[in-house]
Amino acid sequence: MTAEPHSPLLLAIEDLSVAFGSVKAIQDVTMYMDKGELLVIIGPNGAGKTTLLDLICGKTKATAGSIKLKDIELTNQAEHRIVAHGVGRKFQTPSVYEALTVYENLEVSFPQGKTVFGSLLFKMSAEADRKIRETASSIFLDAELDRPAAELSHGQKQWLEIGMLLIQEPELMMLDEPVAGMSVREREQTADLLNRISEGRSIIVIEHDMEFVRRIARKVTVMHQGRILAQGTMDQVQSDPRVIEVYLGH
Amino acid sequence: MTHPLSKVLEKRGLPGLLILALLILVVIPVTMDVDGINLTGRFLSFAFVAVGLTLAWGYGGLLSLGQGLFFGIGGYAMAMYLKLEASTPEATAIQTTPGIPDFMDWNQITALPWFWVPFNSLTFTIVTILVLPAFFAALIGFALFTRRVSGVFFAIITQALVTIATILVIGQQGYTGGVNGITDLRTLKGWDIHTDSALVILYYVNAGLLLAMIALGMWILSTKYGRILMAARDQENRIRFSGYNVAYFKIFIFAVAAFMSGIGGAMFTLQVGFISPSIIGIIPSIEFVIFAAVGGRLSLLGAVYGTLLVTYARNIIAEAYPEFWLFFIGGIFIAVVMFAPYGLAGLYQKYVRRHWERFLAGRGWRHRGNGGNNPPTASGRPSGHVATASETIK
Repeated sequence: MTAEPHSPLLLAIEDLSVAFGSVKAIQDVTMYMDKGELLVIIGPNGAGKTTLLDLICGKTKATAGSIKLKDIELTNQAEHRIVAHGVGRKFQTPSVYEALTVYENLEVSFPQGKTVFGSLLFKMSAEADRKIRETASSIFLDAELDRPAAELSHGQKQWLEIGMLLIQEPELMMLDEPVAGMSVREREQTADLLNRISEGRSIIVIEHDMEFVRRIARKVTVMHQGRILAQGTMDQVQSDPRVIEVYLGH
Repeated sequence: MTHPLSKVLEKRGLPGLLILALLILVVIPVTMDVDGINLTGRFLSFAFVAVGLTLAWGYGGLLSLGQGLFFGIGGYAMAMYLKLEASTPEATAIQTTPGIPDFMDWNQITALPWFWVPFNSLTFTIVTILVLPAFFAALIGFALFTRRVSGVFFAIITQALVTIATILVIGQQGYTGGVNGITDLRTLKGWDIHTDSALVILYYVNAGLLLAMIALGMWILSTKYGRILMAARDQENRIRFSGYNVAYFKIFIFAVAAFMSGIGGAMFTLQVGFISPSIIGIIPSIEFVIFAAVGGRLSLLGAVYGTLLVTYARNIIAEAYPEFWLFFIGGIFIAVVMFAPYGLAGLYQKYVRRHWERFLAGRGWRHRGNGGNNPPTASGRPSGHVATASETIK
């Protein structure tokens, strides 16, 4: 299946498999994602959700199959090349640079000065500064710009990492459990944030919190034992007997 | 109340650099005799390595236990030039083959080996000192960092490399001077490097170069590169998935550290008049790390103070109780790791800085309050990037 230049298809994963020794973490996964889609992946622990993101962003190399972003094959590309093609990824545990301030965290993520010499000669432009401040306010951290990231709360670190992705303006954003460790209030804010940034951007979210999933999801994919078990709207998925058996029923 | 002094004192890094400059350019030369100056100069040539380690290890997370390799390349390159200049046919007339270095003659070598020949040229020698250590480091870095070798594995490999280098130097006696090293160096372009005035001039050249290296390091850390380096040290995966090719960022800083070490090695040879494997082996390489650790591995200036403190201590202790020195320096290292992980610089930040800044503010030499933190610049952007990492030392 080939995407036409103007086709809405953004991501095409076909017959993807990966094995760690004898453990098959992902088996023959095929899924497609359109531009502007917000896809939520749920599933029990060990279902292969995080591994799937690892494969897309290049952290793990696939054993077989293909991953295409806008018709560009991503398997076998270096991680930083995949980022340059427009894939951003947030990790399960918030990964921010604790020794740097919030401002510097965003500056480091700003998509300019990405080479050694480019970064040595990088000059802060008014545009970059504006972009950093804009991003900071969209992730509710405009008052914390000069604080070292180490001092942020767990939820704020999650937001900061989302902001670090946002400032790269990726076409595909992958968020691994973005509301883990957040308060109820922070979860609501994050749901609003995701709904806001999903305008004109494709997002894959892995989440366990069903309440949160219901707030953001238009399309849900359920994974189980390295395979896709079911796909559809929240209501369809929730009433699927197979899903209830392996996951929701617990 | 803008006191003229406050302009200098509020510029990050600059006051510290000026104080160090005052110490090594004025205080030491004025208070010491030529022997003392020369001894300090020799110690300061080690500080080049410690400054490089602050960058590579402190900020880049690359613990190299093999910096002696790069110090040695610089030192040996300088020594090869000086040795050739000292080995004129007239000066070596009693040898079987006049005109080659004496140790070659003792080892029955009858012609100058090909790789010695270019060292007849001072220009070639200087280019080698400036380029070869960084080139080697880039090569080693490319081999290791693109394969994601890091942490203790990197440390062990660098240690192995310096061991190989010393074994090679000792084993190839006829080409390298073996365990004795290259000795009896006299003149640089006809200029006697052992006279009192030469020693003082070399001391100043050494001190000036060291200050320039620190300024270079401060500049690197003040750029976006500096922030990326720290980010890569703390969250390598995150920075990789922010679109950076982390390996090249590591290779660069490792090459910069090697570049600095090479210059230090060349200055050592010039000031001491010889180079030998005992200066570059495993123990010196580990001592370099201890210099940086004692100074505080996040402080470029601290690296110099750490080097001076430990080397002076070695001078006193190793002379009185030579067999005791290794235990002593091992003890220092353990004590620093346990009680002062950020070394002298950390102790300064914790105990002295507050009082010092209150003193300056009290005199109107510095505005109160914004001394330690990031004073926002016109664009409102925090300017204290060099300090940010050290800000975590609380």
